[in-house]
This record gives sequence, structure tokens and C-alpha cells, in this order.
Amino acid sequence: MSLKEWLLMQTRGGVHAPHCKHTAECETIVMPPPERVIIAMSQHIGAPCTPTVKVGDTVLVGQVVGDSDKPVSAPIHSGVSGKVTAISELLLPDGKKTDAVVIESDGEQRIHQSVKPPVVESYDDFIKAVRQSGLVGLGGAGFPTHIKLQPKDLDKVDTIIINAAECEPYITSDYRECMEYPQDIISGALTVMEYLNADRVIIAVERNKPAAITELSKIAAEVTRPGHEVFVKSLPARYPQGAEKVLIKTCTGRIVPKGKLPADVGCIVMNVNSIAFLARYLKTGMPLVDKRLTVDGSAISHPKNVRAVIGTPIRDVIEFSGGTKNKIRKLLMGGPMMGIALMDDGLPVLKQNNAIIAMTEDDVTINEPSACIRCGRCVKACPMNLAPPTIEAAYMTDDTGLQEKLGVTTCMECGCCSYVCPASRRIVQTMRLSKQAVSKSKSKS
Amino acid sequence: MENPLVITSSPHLHCGMSTKGIMLDVLIALSPAAVASVLLFGWRAAAVIIVSVASCVTSEYLSRIVLKRPQSVGDLSAVVTGVLLAFNLPVSIPLWQAAIGGVVAIVVVKQKFGGLGFNFVNPALVGRIVMMSSFPKEMDNWVLPLLGSAADAKTGATPLYTLSQGAETTYNLKDLFLGIRPGCLGETCVLALLLGGIYLVIRRVISPTIPLVYIGTVFIMTWLLGSDPVVHILSGGLMLVAIFMATDYTTSPINTAGRVVFAVGCGLLTVLIRRFGSLPEGVSFSVVIMNILVPLIERATRPLPFGEKRRLKHE
Repeated sequence: MSLKEWLLMQTRGGVHAPHCKHTAECETIVMPPPERVIIAMSQHIGAPCTPTVKVGDTVLVGQVVGDSDKPVSAPIHSGVSGKVTAISELLLPDGKKTDAVVIESDGEQRIHQSVKPPVVESYDDFIKAVRQSGLVGLGGAGFPTHIKLQPKDLDKVDTIIINAAECEPYITSDYRECMEYPQDIISGALTVMEYLNADRVIIAVERNKPAAITELSKIAAEVTRPGHEVFVKSLPARYPQGAEKVLIKTCTGRIVPKGKLPADVGCIVMNVNSIAFLARYLKTGMPLVDKRLTVDGSAISHPKNVRAVIGTPIRDVIEFSGGTKNKIRKLLMGGPMMGIALMDDGLPVLKQNNAIIAMTEDDVTINEPSACIRCGRCVKACPMNLAPPTIEAAYMTDDTGLQEKLGVTTCMECGCCSYVCPASRRIVQTMRLSKQAVSKSKSKS
Repeated sequence: MENPLVITSSPHLHCGMSTKGIMLDVLIALSPAAVASVLLFGWRAAAVIIVSVASCVTSEYLSRIVLKRPQSVGDLSAVVTGVLLAFNLPVSIPLWQAAIGGVVAIVVVKQKFGGLGFNFVNPALVGRIVMMSSFPKEMDNWVLPLLGSAADAKTGATPLYTLSQGAETTYNLKDLFLGIRPGCLGETCVLALLLGGIYLVIRRVISPTIPLVYIGTVFIMTWLLGSDPVVHILSGGLMLVAIFMATDYTTSPINTAGRVVFAVGCGLLTVLIRRFGSLPEGVSFSVVIMNILVPLIERATRPLPFGEKRRLKHE
């Protein structure tokens, strides 16, 4: 690598958050289907699904229970066999309301007839199969994968990046995929490379997971060939290394311009769980009905990785993992840097969940925010090179034009600024409000 | 509902650093110079520091009450201001004058503008400047250190004064480094100040950008102008101001590029005042002038958000 290439791959900002990967060596334990699943009709970015079943219907494993005719959407399947007992309204962790199909499980796990390996002979077949699988970005964003795999300019795409950085503290769901199903990861990557006609697959893993790097490198070395390279890249263990734009720059040196997509610079980034799932789906035809979750946090008795049916209430997952040893004061869906605090442990597991973190009182210290001392730590920590105090000042004066000029829409809410702030200011919250103000003023004009 | 779940916005982790912790680190970094000041100038140095700190803390406490704002005296920032103000005074200063300096720094410069984080100039430096114009005689009375060869003499000229008169300084570099020369009580011992600065850099309280660029600019400029650059960087208040006062968060730019511009400006102004101005020393004025320019510097050196290209004017 030349010095120039090396320099291009350097990224700024980020923080050294504690890794807390306690569950790294905990092999995934399959949780038996619960008595009742609550399947939300909005488990992805895009149009929510409408239920395709009625109360009283009998459903089987792998059967579609929700779908939408809008382009940006993905079908939702049942992970249990049983009877639909209700279609009710559910308040999602992000505050949106959606329908949910409630299924009482009969415990028999009978499989629906539609579950059979898809016939894939062309790119169009492939995209259709991806849609049917119900796959959305499993890293947390939940963007429908079939949309991601149909970029505007397909010929431009030359690089597939498999995101196994897993920079969020606590979560080891991606790591377990690397250790348990490395063959599926490589096989999925080869399939995507083939149908998208890309030149290379980069499997990006943070340096703090040497076992995964060794394991994947070994298999990658067997399948790589000129023009269709597959290789593992070890990355600095620095949060937010796995953020899409940061990852693309570290892997390829390319910068995704503001308002553009990774495909515009020739990259498609897929989570390691997504790619391995895709490989399994093409083999078995079993759609996305379960999910590996890291169950950890100071309130959890026995932290572990659990494979649970999508729709399982979080309460049941915690119960299955061995319960709590202390009272839960904060319950997170996702990691501690970007996860959402839940108001209720009865909420169901969603497709894009990868962790349940239960924190005790001790971890829930809320420091009162004090005046900004302009120390510049947030500026230094921002991977997007923003200056939060300047944006905050513009937000306070309602100057949406200036807020946009200062780049607030580039903010991905990774939380580095709030993490380092000595005055404990709610910087991410202010950035969110500022982004809302900017988009509101834009839609007005 | 009993004991409900806590809902907060992400992130749910914090690095654990606080404003108070930072101020405590600065105080620790200032302590070698405080010890040096007592060793060099005697117990009166301690008295000046105590009076100045007491004045600043009391002013902060009372201001917050009068202004009906939440009490902020616990963040220790007023203590830092007090110590820094004392460090910028001659040891012979009447104690009541030191107290007035503290009141000016905290009440006028800091609290009237909104308190910590809102003052646009360095409180301790403005306190010093106000004292220089109010008590010119007392502020220009330079006592020689107790230590050193010239112990029998009571007062003497500072090295910078000698330099500004076009004469060669009589102090050797070792004495300048250890602080055995007349000067403000906290500014003379370069060794102690450097120790404090290294501590702050290691603790990541400050980045070394401003001190290095500031001192480097003074070094190069004085060298270009034909003076002895080593004597210049070891004399006057340069070390104290470059390490502890130009790096004040509130009154310096928040981004690295801005900090470089700021520090170069401080260095240029310092040399211009020392060489061509009517005062022998110019660090206070240079930093205060650059403090005022910080909003403009920040606007000119605004960081470019990821994925954006710098646009030319005509586009």
C-alpha cells in the first residue's frame, strides 16, 4: 500500500469506548419458541406492511403474515406455527405506532409449504428471492436488502464490504456469526459478488477480534481468485468503526459525498449476519424468522447469545437467558452507544435487533448538563468532522440555513460527542432536534 | 407504576469526565509553579495566591446569588482563575489590590457575560490588565528572588525590560530556566510550568497545539528580528500564558486549525509588542486581542463536514 492510499484510508474522530464483549465466547443458544409472539408490521426503514392474515387464521413457520406493495418494504414472516389471536396496535421503541400480529404458538413448529429453496438463475431472480426472504439490514438500520442490492448504477459497484466491525460495546452477535458460520458468510459474499458483478469482497473486522480474523482469512484465502478477490481487512478497534461511511473510507479510501449512497462510490455494505442469512436462505428457503441477540448488561445474571424467534417479547428472552440478578433500571434495544431505551419489557424482538442490554441503577447515572466550556472534545471526537457547539448555537437562534451549512444533516447520531462531553450536555439530542428543524424548514419551502 | 424504566436519549455511556475534574487537573498542573513561587519569593507569594483565590471564589459565589443563577462555585473554575491571576502579579502587590483584580476578573469579565463558557476574554488576563492600568506603580515593582546570586539587592529590572532597552540581559539561561529572576510570581520558573504543561498534555486536558505554536512563533520571530530567541521564550510570562492561559477552552478556538491561527496570532502580537511597543512584555495583551478574534477565526477555519468539498467563492 502506498503512503497516499494509507492516508486516504485514515478516518478522524471516534472514541475508545469500553468494549465490554463479555459474551464473545458464549456460543449461541437457541431459545424455544415462546407461547406468544407479537410481530410488528414495521421492522424496516420504509413503508410498513399490512397484515395478510386475519384473527383466527392458522399460520405456519415461514408463512408471510405482513406485506406491502410499496417498493421500499420487506415482507414479514411468522416464526411459529399457531393461531392469530389479535391484530393490535403496538408502540415501537422509536415512538411510532404500528399494527402487530399476535400469534399464539401451538408448539409444533410446522413449516409452511412456501419454505423451499428459491430458484435463482438470474439477477432478477436473485433480487426477487432477497425480497421474499424478508431480509433487512441486520446491523441495526433495517434497510430492505433487496433495495440496497438494486443501486441506480449497478455497473459502478465494484466492492462488496461485509461489515463485521461490531464497534458497539457489549454486542457480540456479529462475532458469533463469524465464529459459528464462517462458511455461510463467504458463500453469501460470493453469491452477492457474482450477481452484482463486483470485483472484490472486503470482510471488515475490528482488530479486537483476532479469532474471527484468522477464521475468515483462512476460508477467504481458499476462494479468492484474480478479478474476484475475497479478503479480510482488520480495522482499528475504535468506535464508530462500523458506521457505513467510516467503514467505506477505512476499507477503500473512498468518501461518500454528502447526500449520496455507498453505491455512488461503488460500494455495497452489508452486515455479516445479513450476508450469512442470505446464503442460508438460498439453500433452505427459510425466511428471516429468528435473530441472534446478545443479552448482557449489569442486571443480567448470565449474559449470553440467544437465538430467538422474531416477535418474542423481550421479557421472555431475558427470562430464558437466566433472568436478572438486579433490578433493571434501563433496558436497551441495541448497544449502549446508539441503542434505544425501552419503556416496556413486553416489546417484541424486531428484525434489526442485535442486543438487549439491561442496566442497573448504578449504570443509569444522569449528570445534570452544565454550561458548554468549549473544550472542543466533541469536535475532536466527531467522525463526520462537525462542530456541535457551533451547530447548537445556530439551533438556538433558529437559523436553519446556518445549521444546514454547518452540516448537521451529515450527523449519524453515533453519540461520540455526548460520550466525551465533560459538561454532560445532551449533544446528540440537540443534533436530532436540529436535523428535524432543518428538514421541517426544507419541506416548508 | 413503581420504579419505572428510565428513558433517555442515546448514548447510554459516558466517559466519566467532568468540568470539575478538568479544573482539578489544571490546579494540579499549576501546583509545581505555586511551590516554586513560594521557594523563590517567600511566603508572601502564598499570601497573594490565597487572597486572589479567595477573592475570585467569593465573587463567583456572590455573583451567582445576585444574578439568581444556579450556584457554580463547585466547578472550581474560579479557583483556577484566582491562581492564574496571582501568578500574573508581582509578589510585592498590596493584598487589597490583588483582591480587586479577582473581583474584576470574576464579576466583570466572567459572570456579567454569563459565567463559565460565555466570557469572551480570559478573566485572569483582563484582571491583570485592569490592575496594570489602575495600579501602575505597584504592578511594576519587581522584587528579586530570595534565591540566587544577587540576593542582597531588593529590586531589579526584569530581563525583558533590559532587552527592551537594547541591552544584553545579565541572567544566564540556567537561572532563567529555574526562575531565578525578577518577575510575576508564577511566571518565572519555566521548569515548574513545563512540568505542569506536560501533565496537562498527558492527561489530555489540553492539546499541545497552542503552546507549541505560540512559543514556536515567538522563537522564530525574535530570531528573525535579531534578538536572542532562547532568552525571549524563557523570559516574561510567555511560558505561563502559552501553557495555561492561551489554552483556556472558552476563549480559544474549538478546532485545531483555528487553534493554530490563534496561536500564531498570539506569537506575532507578543513579539511586536515586546520589540516595538512601549511595554517590555506583551503576552497579556496579545492573548486578549486574539481572544476577541476567536469567533472570526472559528468562522474562517470551520471544519468541513465529511463528504463535502470546499467550494470556491464564485460557485
